[in-house]
Amino acid sequence: MITLQVNGQAHAVDADPATPLLYVLRDHLQLNGAKYGCGLGQCGACTVLVDGEPVFSCITPILVVQERAIRTLEGLGTAERPGPVQQAFIDEQAAQCGYCIPGMIVRAQALLEKNPAPTDDEIRAALNGNLCRCGTHMRILRAVRRAAQGFKASSGKS
Amino acid sequence: MRTLTFFGVSLLALAGAGFVAQQSATQAQQPMPRPAADPEVVAKGAALAAIGNCNTCHTAEGGKTLAGGRPLATPFGTVYSTNLTPDPDTGIGRWSLSEFRRAMHEGVGRDGRELYPAFPYDHYTHVTNEDLGAIFVYLTSREAMRTEIPDNRMFVPRPFVAVWKALYFKAGTLAADPAHDTQWNRGRYLAEGLAHCGACHTPHNALGAEEPERALDGGRIEGWSAPALNAQSPAPHPWTVDDLTTYLRTGFDPQHGVAAGSMAAVTQNLATAPEADVRAIAVYVASQMPASRAADSRGASGTSQPAAPVAEDAVPDSLAAAATSVDGAAIYKSACAGCHERAFRGIPLARSTALTDTTSANLVRITFDGVAPREGSPGGIMPGFAGALTDRQMAALAGYLRSEVGRAPPWSDVEREIAKAREEAKAKKAS
Repeated sequence: MITLQVNGQAHAVDADPATPLLYVLRDHLQLNGAKYGCGLGQCGACTVLVDGEPVFSCITPILVVQERAIRTLEGLGTAERPGPVQQAFIDEQAAQCGYCIPGMIVRAQALLEKNPAPTDDEIRAALNGNLCRCGTHMRILRAVRRAAQGFKASSGKS
Repeated sequence: MRTLTFFGVSLLALAGAGFVAQQSATQAQQPMPRPAADPEVVAKGAALAAIGNCNTCHTAEGGKTLAGGRPLATPFGTVYSTNLTPDPDTGIGRWSLSEFRRAMHEGVGRDGRELYPAFPYDHYTHVTNEDLGAIFVYLTSREAMRTEIPDNRMFVPRPFVAVWKALYFKAGTLAADPAHDTQWNRGRYLAEGLAHCGACHTPHNALGAEEPERALDGGRIEGWSAPALNAQSPAPHPWTVDDLTTYLRTGFDPQHGVAAGSMAAVTQNLATAPEADVRAIAVYVASQMPASRAADSRGASGTSQPAAPVAEDAVPDSLAAAATSVDGAAIYKSACAGCHERAFRGIPLARSTALTDTTSANLVRITFDGVAPREGSPGGIMPGFAGALTDRQMAALAGYLRSEVGRAPPWSDVEREIAKAREEAKAKKAS
């Protein structure tokens, strides 16, 4: 049994320690936000946060993330109450087929938590590891810029 | 009367001096007129500039090629590379060939100031006038780009460079070594001159000068280790001329792996250089490391054998349930073996110099940052694990790989290199 801390909840998982985190999230915990894209850590569709850093969950064995804080798309908000980054992606209609979008949102979240006012170059550099085959990059960029406004607003309130 | 004459002559002289000063000032304002560039000479200059790796230092990140402005961190402060395009104000538009030659051969700027030896004129001094002429024609026939280059932040004043030069700098070309053939001598000319291999692969003394008695013993560059290229070479597989030629021209050799860090840019440049020249460099460099030490200690035959085929779908064994999250072997099996134990994907790590090198620097950096080809270029890829692995896990993995795969005594610098790599990543993000 391996214990994983996912979105603030502890889960005891009966899986081989070499199992990729992505498989456990999807198959054991029914957290289907992170997607299987390439399985080689090259496309970013599987991106989740571990201790606040974006990682490719398809190549990260659960062995190394035991007891560490894992956050997935589901941890950023719900369909009823989307988080600021999720809301910005909805507002900008950034998804076309939508397969890459969970990874994009999670990686944008990681960026904005460290740097709430990124330049366009910084956004592009941060999202460099995530691919979108539909070509909605301009909308994704707009969504991240919009999300940055939301981040500023929400940090102003608190 | 006498006084008056003296005074008059002095006035005349002053006026004359003024006129000359004014004339040379006007000259200095004008871009140097250039004859139309001969395409053959331009092509030759481009190939030589590629071997010289000029564009790596003289291009800022995201900037125009050769337009300068890249910060180069040295132990003596940060120096910003200059603009090598023919812009008259910020580039070399007003430079004459002889001024260019003086910079390359003697390390003196157009304005007569000493140039910091981050610009490797200690190597370029060996380059022939003919080759310098071709490089100059190539550079001055590029599109002029204006670049505002920040002031250097060096805490060693320029005049000190004159002292440095007196101590360490030997100007002049290399005489051919009659004991070797033309190809070897061509390789030596390029490797010791334009290609300036020693600038990274030779250790530097406290004052930043290469230590001639430790030539190619291995050095450090931008956090990476530039491994030894002589009998001290840590390569598990001895380098042959063919291996080196392939590696230098493609950035990858199946027996040795991928060129990473600062070396990646070198191989991208050499891909555009004439094969004969790259092969000559390989002949010379291979002659410096006949049967490397690491290979000897493994009882290798000294010839390049293809690695034993690995089953395409060799899936790593499942792990013992008791494996802890800081068990290096378990981390390797679960995170690395999936690619590195499949043929034609990751290279088997037993071939990697990163495990047999004197420092863990390259293993730590490759594991954290992965391997990525330059934007738009083909090349090897590996995802980075900086976010996935904690420092303790990285240290455990490095310890396991060093002893079980590299078959070498433990490194003492793993924690230090991990901390350094984390700092560099933070600084990069912040910049």
